[in-house]
Amino acid sequence: MKKRNKLFLGALLALSLFTAACSRNNKSVTAVGSTALQPLVEEVGYHYQTQTGTTINVQGGGSGTGLSQVSEGAVQIGNSDLFADQKDGIDASKLEDHKVAVVGIAVVANQDIGVKNLSASQLRDIFAGKITNWKQVGGKDQKIVLIHRSQGSGTRFTFEAKIMGKTKVAAGQEQDSNGSVQKIVASTPGAISYLAFAYAQKKDLLKLEIDHVKPTGANVTTNRWKIWSYEHMYVNKKHKTKATEAFLRYIESKKVQQTAIKELGYISMQEMKVKQDSKGQVTAK
Amino acid sequence: MDVKKVDHLAKRIIQVMVGIVAVLLVLIIGYILVTGLPQESIDFLFKPSQAVKAGGGIRDQLWNSIYLLILALLISIPLSLGAGIYLAEYAPDNKLTHFIQTLIEILSSLPSIVVGLFGYLVLVIRFNMGFSILSGALTLTVFNLPLLTSNIENALRSVSDEQREGGLALGLSRWQTIKGILLPRTVPEIITGVVLSSGRIFGEAAALIYTSGQSAPALNYLNWNPLSPESPLNVMRPAETLAVHIWKLNTEGLTIDADIVSAAASAVLILVVLLFNILAHYLGNKLERKLTGGK
Amino acid sequence: MDADIKKRLLSPSKATKQERRGKTVTFITAAFIIVLTFAIIVFIANLGLRTFYKDNVNIWEFLTGTAWNPGEVDSHGHPIAGAAPMIVTSILVTLLSAVIATPFALAIGVYMTEYASKRQRQILRPMIELFTGIPSVVYGFLGLTILVPLMRNTFGGTGFGILPAILVLFFMILPTITSMTVDALKAVPVSFRQAALALGATKWQSIYKIVFRAALPGIFTAIIFGMSRAFGEALAVQMVIGNSILMPENLVSPTSTLTSQLTSQIGNTIMGSVQNDALWSLALILLLMSLFFNVLVRFITKKGKMNGR
Repeated sequence: MKKRNKLFLGALLALSLFTAACSRNNKSVTAVGSTALQPLVEEVGYHYQTQTGTTINVQGGGSGTGLSQVSEGAVQIGNSDLFADQKDGIDASKLEDHKVAVVGIAVVANQDIGVKNLSASQLRDIFAGKITNWKQVGGKDQKIVLIHRSQGSGTRFTFEAKIMGKTKVAAGQEQDSNGSVQKIVASTPGAISYLAFAYAQKKDLLKLEIDHVKPTGANVTTNRWKIWSYEHMYVNKKHKTKATEAFLRYIESKKVQQTAIKELGYISMQEMKVKQDSKGQVTAK
Repeated sequence: MDVKKVDHLAKRIIQVMVGIVAVLLVLIIGYILVTGLPQESIDFLFKPSQAVKAGGGIRDQLWNSIYLLILALLISIPLSLGAGIYLAEYAPDNKLTHFIQTLIEILSSLPSIVVGLFGYLVLVIRFNMGFSILSGALTLTVFNLPLLTSNIENALRSVSDEQREGGLALGLSRWQTIKGILLPRTVPEIITGVVLSSGRIFGEAAALIYTSGQSAPALNYLNWNPLSPESPLNVMRPAETLAVHIWKLNTEGLTIDADIVSAAASAVLILVVLLFNILAHYLGNKLERKLTGGK
Repeated sequence: MDADIKKRLLSPSKATKQERRGKTVTFITAAFIIVLTFAIIVFIANLGLRTFYKDNVNIWEFLTGTAWNPGEVDSHGHPIAGAAPMIVTSILVTLLSAVIATPFALAIGVYMTEYASKRQRQILRPMIELFTGIPSVVYGFLGLTILVPLMRNTFGGTGFGILPAILVLFFMILPTITSMTVDALKAVPVSFRQAALALGATKWQSIYKIVFRAALPGIFTAIIFGMSRAFGEALAVQMVIGNSILMPENLVSPTSTLTSQLTSQIGNTIMGSVQNDALWSLALILLLMSLFFNVLVRFITKKGKMNGR
């Protein structure tokens, strides 16, 4: 009796697993990749799901993972902070780019450095390790502590492309998430780093001006604030589904761009007065 | 020095060391509970989480953690029990067996992220299980097996040979000896192993990010059909656990009250682990008493 | 009738059948675990060795080089992949945290098995086990908010480095080592202790000379598992160690471990690229080093046993 019960349960479990595996419903879209883009897609996806019934499944894992997996057709959407051709090992021609938002990147520092504004060249010298004390740029006598994002992060790539140019950055701490950078900069005297606007809004962080330009969304739309990039959602040209396209249309629609995208601290695509290509060239729209 | 004095001194030193650790432990637990508990009311446990807005709860994450733990234990306990018995009782005592034991032990030192990626590339992608509780549970099994297997094997080995001989002398087969004499004796050790590994499962984030996923679709707790995507029993749905939720809040979370939710969720996690430990030891003691005929 | 009796006599008894079935089932489970272990090792080796045969990184340079930037190539056209700082830091962090945690684990183990009342035991044990369940992120966060500022104020610098990492790991591996040590000590038969006491030994002498010796293999296994956890831990260490790929100058200079580098980079790299291969090589190194530790500890255990006899 007991054994039969066990067998029965086992068979039931196997059967349910099998049918569940087969019936993974078509009305679902899986987006994998950039952890920075994740909260945005999650929030928009949640509303979309309640409206249309399509399940939007958002996972992190990093831009690299997202691009790899969408290229292989393993997921429908690959979220990335970078253009696909800025990453080694990705065949960008296989992918279709959907730019869904613009992210501004602020230069943040610990509150007690005694500096509010830096020139672009001072900033470059700081990250190159030529300026090592805040008093050299008119601040307190306090050693500068560099906090980088980890190599391969989209934020770091954008920051270095726009500020450092060909200059190499000095070795410093590397953190792999916006949250850790936030906490470390807020708590370490003399620390400086860079964060997406959405993460730089914390009270205990000091947002530095560069050449007296404030890091605001309005300044990004005109390219007066130069450190910004797109958030991309890539689709594999060969494996497009109707549900994926419908969701992308929704996220690119005016309504979402004007509400959710802005509320989360991103800049809507429609407000941009300039555009940028994968080489970093900025032109009028 | 006088041996009596040494004896006394050793006892003192041990007491002081235990005291230091105990105080530190109480401080840490106290810190987490004090920062976490007052933040939220009881309905924190019963409302769904929020991606961005303040006031999210942890209902689904808490359930996912518990469900994942149960599934992972259901898969890994029988497997490691079998393997532990084989290695301790049946396997010949030779180089090959030692080699296998070493392999199993080094498996446990793999960083969780590597196990997670293995699970991701093999289970999620290759076997097309998707981001699901099942992928997560199987990945956790990979983690759990070495610890539990070694644990059970060592526990069996520590039972003295007289007990085995006693069983065999009574005309029992080896299997009957194992089942009737050796296993009941080792229940407390096995419970320790289970408690330790389930603690690890509860607290694990890195391995689950890539397998059971980071999203918690809203669940309908009245839907008991294991095939429905909104049923809490469905094993093929993506499921963010409590530890993953805390990790997410601390790394990329845009949630306005991330600090509060994360502190409160940590406090809840500790309480759940505590509850689970107490329950496991209670059941373990009961089981031992039943199997060994009381003490 | 005769045939029936003959059949019953000649066919295996119920116990024999059970025995066979039990042996087969346990063998299958053991085989499964072995196959799984091999699968993972082959999986990692396959990905990790690509750095050397496909991307032309010299193994020696990989092990001793101190510059890590696999996306770029050096003057010989080989990718710059020197993992020495991470290897050194990983070993230091693991060894030091085990060195600090073991005496405490032993003390608690001895206290719980030899001195404590039943009640103390009942409180102490779950409390220690509770600590395995706290997620790494929480440990990391506590380390960042409490330990790092403490280090900064005491030793100067930024406060990030090996020392806070060791202290965080101390709490993470203590429960593992302690629980398993307690089991090892408990497994020592009471008759050993009684014999020692009967010979006029003090309690400490019986513990130190007899119980410890007898429990040594179990204690070593406990330490291995503790070190394994320290070795493989990433999220917590990452928050307090500073993550700069530099040789550690002292205990409070920012540096990076194999796991913290692996965890923070793997999501940002593309499968099959040099950067990604190099990270899998780190995973392979990790595997080989834990193999080394394991063999070392087994060797020591054997020696200890022989001396004890």
